[in-house]
Amino acid sequence: MAGHVVPQKVYFVIFALLIGLTGLTTWVATLDMPSPWNTVVALAIAIFKASLVILFFMHVKYSSNLTRAAVVAGFFWLAILLVFTLSDILTRQWIPQSTGWTTTIESPH
Amino acid sequence: MSTTTLEPSIETHVHYLNVSYGIKSWLLTTDHKRIGLLYLASITLMFFVGGSAAVLMRLHLIEPQGGLVEPETYNKLFTMHGIIMVFFFLIPSIPATLGNFLVPMMLGARDLAFPRLNLMSWYLYMIGAIFTLSAIAAGGVDTGWTLYPPYSSAYSHTHVIMAALGIFIAGFSSILTGFNFIVTIHKMRAPGLTWFRLPLFIWAHYATSVIQILGTPVVAVTIALLALERLFHIGLFDPNVGGDPILFQHLFWFYSHPAVYIMILPGMGVMSELITCFSRKRVFGYSFIAFSSVAIAVLSFLVWGHHMFVTGQSVYAGLVFSALSFMVAIPSAIKVFNWMATLYKGSISYDAPMLYALGFVGLFTMGGVTGLFLSSLAVDVHVHDTYFVIAHFHYIMVGGAVMAYLGGIHFWWPKITGRMYPDGWARFAALVIFVGFNLTFFPQYMLGYLGMPRRYAVYPAEFQVLNVMSSAGASILGIGYLIPLIYLTWSMRYGKVAGPNPWKAKGLEWTTPSPPPTENFEETPVVTEEAYNYSAVGEEA
Amino acid sequence: MAEHQAQSAVMDPLAHQFDDLQQQHEASNFGMWIFLATEVMFFGGMFAGYTIYRHEYFTAFAAGSHLLNWKFGATNTAVLICSSLTMALAVHAAQTGKRKALVTFLILTILLGMAFLGIKFTFEWSRDWNENLIPGELIAGHPFAPQGEILKQLQEAHAGLPQVELFMFFYFALTGFHALHMVVGIGLLTVLTVMAWQGRFSPERFNPVEGSGLYWHFVDIVWIFLFPLLYLIGGIS
Repeated sequence: MAGHVVPQKVYFVIFALLIGLTGLTTWVATLDMPSPWNTVVALAIAIFKASLVILFFMHVKYSSNLTRAAVVAGFFWLAILLVFTLSDILTRQWIPQSTGWTTTIESPH
Repeated sequence: MSTTTLEPSIETHVHYLNVSYGIKSWLLTTDHKRIGLLYLASITLMFFVGGSAAVLMRLHLIEPQGGLVEPETYNKLFTMHGIIMVFFFLIPSIPATLGNFLVPMMLGARDLAFPRLNLMSWYLYMIGAIFTLSAIAAGGVDTGWTLYPPYSSAYSHTHVIMAALGIFIAGFSSILTGFNFIVTIHKMRAPGLTWFRLPLFIWAHYATSVIQILGTPVVAVTIALLALERLFHIGLFDPNVGGDPILFQHLFWFYSHPAVYIMILPGMGVMSELITCFSRKRVFGYSFIAFSSVAIAVLSFLVWGHHMFVTGQSVYAGLVFSALSFMVAIPSAIKVFNWMATLYKGSISYDAPMLYALGFVGLFTMGGVTGLFLSSLAVDVHVHDTYFVIAHFHYIMVGGAVMAYLGGIHFWWPKITGRMYPDGWARFAALVIFVGFNLTFFPQYMLGYLGMPRRYAVYPAEFQVLNVMSSAGASILGIGYLIPLIYLTWSMRYGKVAGPNPWKAKGLEWTTPSPPPTENFEETPVVTEEAYNYSAVGEEA
Repeated sequence: MAEHQAQSAVMDPLAHQFDDLQQQHEASNFGMWIFLATEVMFFGGMFAGYTIYRHEYFTAFAAGSHLLNWKFGATNTAVLICSSLTMALAVHAAQTGKRKALVTFLILTILLGMAFLGIKFTFEWSRDWNENLIPGELIAGHPFAPQGEILKQLQEAHAGLPQVELFMFFYFALTGFHALHMVVGIGLLTVLTVMAWQGRFSPERFNPVEGSGLYWHFVDIVWIFLFPLLYLIGGIS
């Protein structure tokens, strides 16, 4: 029982895609983009490349749901770490401003 | 099983203990049962080392100005007590001893999926323990078990890196155990053993293992970063150069909060086994308990900020963490309700394991409820870093996890050793522990609420009465722990020989001889019935 | 039980705890995935630290990134992608029972891995050492102290030197742990090559090759993220 045998051709196609995307990432970095976008694009390309490796080189496309659950779990938990930690960093300066107390009830004039 | 005659002898069958002798057969074993025993010996040793630190602290705290040691030494005592108890006792305790022993047996398997990795996990534990004990011998660490920078990275003159290395290595031991359990539970269940026929002990260990594999690597890398910072003066957590000590706390507690669930979930698994057996009843709400274990595993990762409410963390993040912390109490409460419903109209017997189980239910509930106090941001501002927190977690860890551990050890002792322990002493010890525990830690709730800070070697004189009560309780508790050490050891040689199922319990492990043969089962069992299929005594009443 | 004992030259027969080869294969595969999940979290902790500080000190991080040679980074990315290809082909060879191809592809993967490490050590890290860009006082008397051209470049970018040092710390921590994983991977593959040469794998029993393949691809994925996050911050010219 060898499991699903992926034809070699598929590997070469994915390889070419990965090399191409590496070139794309490098080229995009030479463009002048407003601040968050170069990071967003770079990460998007990296995520896409990683997905190709995971699905095809690591055979996840042909694997059981259990394997897929393990893959998703790893990245999901990393997301938990990043999101919650960032939520502190990004909102630390939002200090709620109290309007203070009054000791008497002012009657409206 | 056919009824046995008067004195069944354990020498008539070959089992995992007598199949081979000699130190090599133990140190190179791949039998999960022997590895469980190797762990049992190691963690017992570490428990008493960590316990001695506690004894010294409680003796010191009899006097408001400190009676026993220098303040610097006191700092080292509470640090070592924390590190040893958390990383070298509580985290491995039930999974590495009872889990290793029972998980394959409860699944109808011959061993875990990766027996050699199992042995490696014990060696990693021992190496980690040696590093940590060396740190103590070389003079100790004084940062607190939480190793907060910048004190631990820049100012402490103690052996931080040595201890950190010990924890780092022990962390991999924990990861390997969890990894082994997950694969085994998924892939090696006996025919007919569907997920919803599994003993809840297995569900609990599954959830624990998920936490172990996803959380421990983060604390490993965090400790590595701390060690690098301390060694090379990088400034990662140093505010002078723009580093953020809170970042360390985020990374540290991302693991260390779920870690407390690593410590309690296996105990909850033991509870389900004990309460059903000693009420002679099916568990109430099986799927609720099973799903709540998984829910705890997931939710536990979302609440770590509640350890950091007063650090300068974002208020809004704190609010979110507070709300989620309230939520994580719900699955635990569901379990407690289900256990109580299981007890209701059951045929209760008060054997030693059941005494521990009943103690657990009460004490864990008290500890858990005080956790809600702490989850409330406003209240936490007042009780953070006081003895209230200490009482809270000791109620859960000692009143909960350690009681569950002892209950489990007693319950499965006949299976593990083929011998029964002396029943009277066991029940007596359980009561001594219960009394000693409450006398030690209940006053600490009051101390904390009144404002006594934790990790202080001296305290205001008005707190002395409560402190003396607590220390008195600690001495009773210490005696209570020594008693089982003595009679359990004694019973290994002189205890009454036990048959395969002295408790008449349900579960695949009870269908094997006591002690079991190395391969556990002569033929892989086929499972056709639900878990805990005790005759429904009193159900129709 | 007798069937797999007949293949004495092949990899060890069924381990005693498993019921059949299928179960063994699935357990081994699933086990490797669980291990990789732990690795995601291990690197993830460092990525979290990196993310926080990059957010706080973007200017310094961008300036630090410009100190790195992106051409070496890009070349190394290509080298690793090639090695992933050869690794996938090695697994394919094992699945289809082609011993010579398996050995060839394993050796190619090892060579590409060593090329990656070679580029890193001889061109990148040695340059960082010479330019005093190693963070902290790794070796007494050799602290982080950029000079000359590099110092001018940093000053022009208004980058705080302590924060640039922080960037370099993350650079070395991330690529250092990555390199450590590569070394372990190369070691594993070397052992596998010897075993493959001895004919110990077959289409029925090639778990270690497949498992090592998964590990190797994971190390490649880490680098796929490291390249843009370390070398391409703030764009390149």
